[in-house]
This record gives sequence, structure tokens and C-alpha cells, in this order.
Amino acid sequence: MATHAHTADPDAPAVYEQFEDIDQQQETYILGMWSFLVTEIMFFGALFLIYSIYRWQYQGDFYIFHKELDYVLGGINTTVLLASSFSVALAVHYAQLKKKRQQLLALGFTLLCAFGFLIIKAIEYGKKFEHSKFPNDTFVWDAAKYGGDPEHARLFFSLYFSMTGLHGLHVLIGILVIGYLMYLIAKDHPVITDYVPTELVGLYWHFVDLVWIFLYPLFYLIPK
Amino acid sequence: MSAILERTAAPDPQVKKNYLNADHTLASWLLTTDHKRIAVLYLIGVTVMFFLGSLAAAFVRFELTSPRGQILTHETYNKMFTAHGVIMIFFFLIPAVPAVLGNFLIPMMIGARDLAFPRLNLASWYVWTISAVIVLTGLIMGGVDTGWTFYTPLSSLYSNTQVSLVLVGLFLSGFSSIMTGVNFIATIHKMRAPGMTWFKLPLYVWSHYATSVIIILGTPVVAITLFLVVLERTFRIGIFSPELGGDPVLFQHLFWFYSHPAVYIMVLPAMGVISEVITCFSRRQIFGYRFVAMSSMAIAAIGFLVWGHHMYVSSQSVLQGLIFSLLSFLVAVPSAIKVFNWSLTMWRGSVQFSTPMIYALAFIGLFVIGGLTGLYLAAIDTDVHLTGTYFIVAHFHYVMVGGAILAFLGGIHFWWPKMFGKMYNEFWGRLSAMVIFLGFNFTFFPQFILGYLGMPRRYHVYYFAPEWQFYHVASSLGSTILGIGFLMPAFYLTASLLRKDNVAPANPWGAKGLEWENASSPPVTLNFESQPIVTENPYNYDPIEDTNKVRREAGLPEIPREDPDKEVHH
Ligand SMILES: [Cu+2]
Repeated sequence: MATHAHTADPDAPAVYEQFEDIDQQQETYILGMWSFLVTEIMFFGALFLIYSIYRWQYQGDFYIFHKELDYVLGGINTTVLLASSFSVALAVHYAQLKKKRQQLLALGFTLLCAFGFLIIKAIEYGKKFEHSKFPNDTFVWDAAKYGGDPEHARLFFSLYFSMTGLHGLHVLIGILVIGYLMYLIAKDHPVITDYVPTELVGLYWHFVDLVWIFLYPLFYLIPK
Repeated sequence: MSAILERTAAPDPQVKKNYLNADHTLASWLLTTDHKRIAVLYLIGVTVMFFLGSLAAAFVRFELTSPRGQILTHETYNKMFTAHGVIMIFFFLIPAVPAVLGNFLIPMMIGARDLAFPRLNLASWYVWTISAVIVLTGLIMGGVDTGWTFYTPLSSLYSNTQVSLVLVGLFLSGFSSIMTGVNFIATIHKMRAPGMTWFKLPLYVWSHYATSVIIILGTPVVAITLFLVVLERTFRIGIFSPELGGDPVLFQHLFWFYSHPAVYIMVLPAMGVISEVITCFSRRQIFGYRFVAMSSMAIAAIGFLVWGHHMYVSSQSVLQGLIFSLLSFLVAVPSAIKVFNWSLTMWRGSVQFSTPMIYALAFIGLFVIGGLTGLYLAAIDTDVHLTGTYFIVAHFHYVMVGGAILAFLGGIHFWWPKMFGKMYNEFWGRLSAMVIFLGFNFTFFPQFILGYLGMPRRYHVYYFAPEWQFYHVASSLGSTILGIGFLMPAFYLTASLLRKDNVAPANPWGAKGLEWENASSPPVTLNFESQPIVTENPYNYDPIEDTNKVRREAGLPEIPREDPDKEVHH
């Protein structure tokens, strides 16, 4: 059975002992990744449900609060993530063609976008902290000046910070994963001789982008 | 029965290499990626947690022997029943069957060398262990008084106990469960041996497939919900607390969206065990294979639509209650399909009352009582009377203890020879099964009556109705018997490992299935000597051949088979 781990072709990807052949291994990995993404959808899904319920109840107030958010910075971040989704798709494409240099470049660009996203996000968070919009004991909402119920304001910013915070955490994990993948590719590690690891990272990264595609309009672009 | 016991007597002279003796270092256990070794690690973990949870229960039952609660203060009592619930549900019932038996058996039953992701499997054990340590730390350093349900705003604003620490632990334990679920789904989809089609899968595997679907859909929701409670306590963000602008009923919805299906995470794998044990000890093909398989999937699907039955008295509208009530009644249908099919499997079978079978029969009886009393709670009007009483406590203990734990014990006995290559003492096995059955009913049946009379759950005093003391004392006495029953397997199963004269053959029960017919006891590290190929249907038992085998060995003439064609021409 252990012989399964070593096939004759040294360039062929490593097959772990529990699998019969490389096809079974790849199919299993991709199915495993999709199952994991299902759990991620349910994870964020609970938050989106909570958001929908409160938005439905306090639509008018949410419109007032959303003006606190900078839709230009949010918009730039959306573009940054969309670009990174494109570059990660390119990385998968080059992985299939076994073009290592282009693959590394595409992944590097993705990594750059991810850092850019986090930096812009940090600037936004910094502003909210300055204006006491973080929902802890220092939270202030000047209802007399801006209107809206202060308790609903706390709710809105609670949702904003927990949902974008959780998303930011996923971006951070993405950075670690992409970085590790690049390291393995650069070292010609045996697990990386085919495209599936890049494909798996790509799937995860597309999911992270997709979450933001929903978060941006839900928080930054609330209609009256 | 005697035929089966005789077959155990022939020990294997040479000690073969297997997964247990492949390597003896501690590191080889702590860094193993072998699903069988990880199952053993989990077995040790859940056993420890089970006895800790039982200890908390012992304090609860001790306190209730007196109507005035003279032993514990009300705060300590609250912490005790919370500790009991949290440990038993999150660290015993949810992981017990999947992470111990499922880990061990799923690859073996489908003819694979390991789970799809062995390192993820090991990671899940570490996450589980770390989360157990965090939760126990919280319970020791002050405890939690909210009950295992963590209802807001008590848990988010008012409780001054270790809620945050314990919730972080539970959040982590959820990830352990998700890792196992993802692993099982990928394994069952992609790792089946040649010829092992979906409808040749043992029903145990089907039940785990359904369980894994529940785990990956439900667990993330409760994980994020509990985490929001932690955020609410830490930063005072306001999502579930009315004082901060949130909605406490929303917490209940999200909590039960997972925690009702979690009942099926505990019970579906248990039902899988029963299907294996009943067929083996009745020597019969399962009655209605596809119905039993699909009823697992139906339970998983409908189970996600019934959570509102926990909230009939939590400001839910009557219409909403009505819909949830109807859907809750609907889950009884697939559950009943299983019970009827098990009964019909035994009908005209050669039933052998060995230890696993006694557990299985006890399971069916107690699960039926647990299930039928559930109908009183699914109906809105009776639930309004019974909600929050000991009737509920009795009902879910019939399902959880009478169902899940008895099946777990039955499964442990059934696969013990396979897991460790040793036979346990059959006399002690049967005796403990019967002591547990007796002690269980003694403990929980009086609680139905108490609940019907109006004894509220989570109260540590009942001086307003001292006549209830009779039932409480009966229940506490019963729990002592139950405790003795649970201790017995701990002793004779451990003893079976130390003895030398009880080596188990590959297939002591003459059971069907790849793990019995194609693997040694204990199995080798990669499970099978050669890749199994599946040609026959599961549970292809042949009672006539069983009898003839015994008769051949005893030198008696064989029973002739009836020619099926002959009958047609009569
Ligand atoms: Cu329920």
C-alpha cells in the first residue's frame, strides 16, 4: 500500500497512501474544499440573517447611520478585491499550464491586493474609533444632531464591526494561506507539482471576495 | 448463542502486526494520522468527560432528595446542572458515536485505507481536547450558571460567571465537529472500495452521512451565535440583549436552529449502530434497506425545520407555532420507519441475546418512549403545560441516555473485539446492560410523573410541594443504580485488555461487513491486507448456513435447503 505513495514518474504529484490514484485524491480535495465552503456560507449566513432582520425593522435608522461609512474607501476596496479574484484565477490557469513564474506573479499580485484591502480597512476602522463609533463603553451617537435611535446605532455598528471584522479575519487567513502556497511553489515542494492546491486556495479566496461583494452594498450603499 | 461463544475460544498463536502494536511510543500516538488510533484517543477523552458529567449529575440528584435543598446553595446547584449539560452534550453526546466509532468504522466499512483527510482528523482531536480543557477550566474557575442553553440576556449581560471562557471553548469544539463532518462527507463520497455503491453502504455509514450534513450546516450557525454572545459580554455590542437594542428571541431562534438538529447528531449515528447490531444478532437481512437509509436523510432534512417547537412560549405567533408543530410531528414518521423496520428484521430471525443485542433492544424500547413523549411536547397546547418541567427533562433523557448512550455502549461492545482484539466477559456485559436498563428507567420514569405534576426543571427546592419528594428520592436511587451500571463496563472492558486468554478472532459474531470479513482483529495499520472488492449486498446473512456450519462442526447432518422452485409447482 505504501507503494502508492511513489509513482514511477518523479514529476508526478505525490499521492497519499489513503488514495488509489491522483484523480481520486484531487476529486476528494476539491469536494472537501466545497464542503468547507458550505460551512463558511452558514457561518456568515447567520450574520447576514441577523443583519436582514434588523435592517427590515430599522431601515430608516440604518439609512442615517450608513452615512458614517466612507463609500469611496469601500468602493476602492471592492475594486481591489475584484482585481485579486481575477489574479487568483490567473494563478490557477498558469498552474495548469505549469508556468511557475507567471503563477507566482499572479499569486504575488493577489497577496498585494489582500494587504491593500486590510490597510484601507484599518484606516476606516481608525476613523470609527476616533469618532467613538466602536460599540463598547465609549460608544457615542449624537441623536440630536443626526437623528436615529442611539440603541439602533449601537446595533448597526455592532453588525458593521462583527461582519466586516470576521471578513477581515478571513482576508488575513487568506494572506497566510497564499503566502504559504507561494513558499511551497518557490521551493518546488512535491505536494505542489499539480494545480489542485492552487485551485483550492483560489476557491477559498473567491469565497472571501464574494462575501465582501455582499457586505459592501449592505453597509455602504443603503437606499433611503 | 453458545455457538458464537465457542468460536471466540481459539486464540491466534502468533502475534501479528496491527495498528495497536505497530509502534509503542507516546509520540506515535499523539502524532498519529491513523483513523483507528485517533478513535482510541477520542474514546479515552469522551470517557473522561462522561464521568465528569456524571459527577455533576450526581450532585444534582443528591440535592433533590430533600425538598428544601439543604446540600448545595442555589448558585452551586445552577452551576452543577450547567456543568452537567455542557459536558454531556458538547463533549460526550455529540462526539461519542461519530468521533469514536465513526472514526474507527467508516473507512473500514467502505473499504478505504483511511479517512480522506487524516491530518485534519488528528487536528480535530487536538481542537476538541483544547476546547475541553478551556471549558473545564471555566467550570472549575467559577463555573457557569446559565444552563447549557445560554439564553440571553442572562448569559450576555447579567451572569457574572465564566460564560465567556466556556463559550470560547464551545466555539472551538464546534470547529472540531465541523472538521469531522467535512472529513466524513469527503470520505463517504470519494473513498468507497470498488463495488461499494451508495445502496450497498452499511446503514451505519448512511446514518453518518446524514449526521455530517447536519454538522456542516448547523454547527457554524451556533458557533457564530455563541461567539456574538461573547462579543456582547466583552464589548457590549447589542445584538441579543434588549437593553442594548437587540432581540433575545433571535438568539433562541439561532441557538435552536442548531441545537434541535444536534439531537439528530447524537441520535442518528446511534440508530446506525442499532441497524448493524440488530441484523447481526437476528441473522437476517435488514427489512427495507432503502427506507432505513433514506429515513436518515429525511430526519436530517426535516430536523432543520422544527426548531420553533422550543419557543411556543417565547413570544412566537400562534401561526408560527402551528407550522412548527406540524413539522415536528412529521419527524416522527422517518423515526417510526426505522423502529418498524428493526422490529420486522427481528421477526422470524434467530435472535441471540448477547450484550450488544440487549443494548440494542433497550435502545428501541427507550427510544420509542422518548419519541412518543416528544409528541406531547410537539403539540402546542400540551407543551404549554409541560414546557420547562421535568417532563421535558425525562423526555430528552429517554432520547439521549436511553437512545444515544445505550447505542454507544452497544456499539462499543459490538466492535470491541475488532478495536482491541480482545473479547470482554459476556456475563458481566449482559449484567451491566440490564443494570443500566433498570437503573435508567428507575431514574427517569418518575420524572415524567414529576413533570406532569408541575415540578419545574432547574429548581433546587420544592418545599411548596413536599409530596414530590417520593418521586425525587426514587429518581435519585435509580441514578445510583445507573451509575453502578455505567461503572461496570469501565472495569470489565479494561480487564479484557489486560487478560491474555481472550484473544478475539477476526469475526467473533459471524457478522457481515468489510470490517469483519476482510480485516483482522485488530486491523493492520492500513486496514486491509488487500484492497476489498464488494460484490454482495450488505447484511447478506444466511441463517440456514449458520446452523449448518455448527452442525458440520459437531458432525451432525445438515439441514436441507428447501428448493424455492418446488414450492411454485405444488
Ligand atoms: Cu427540538
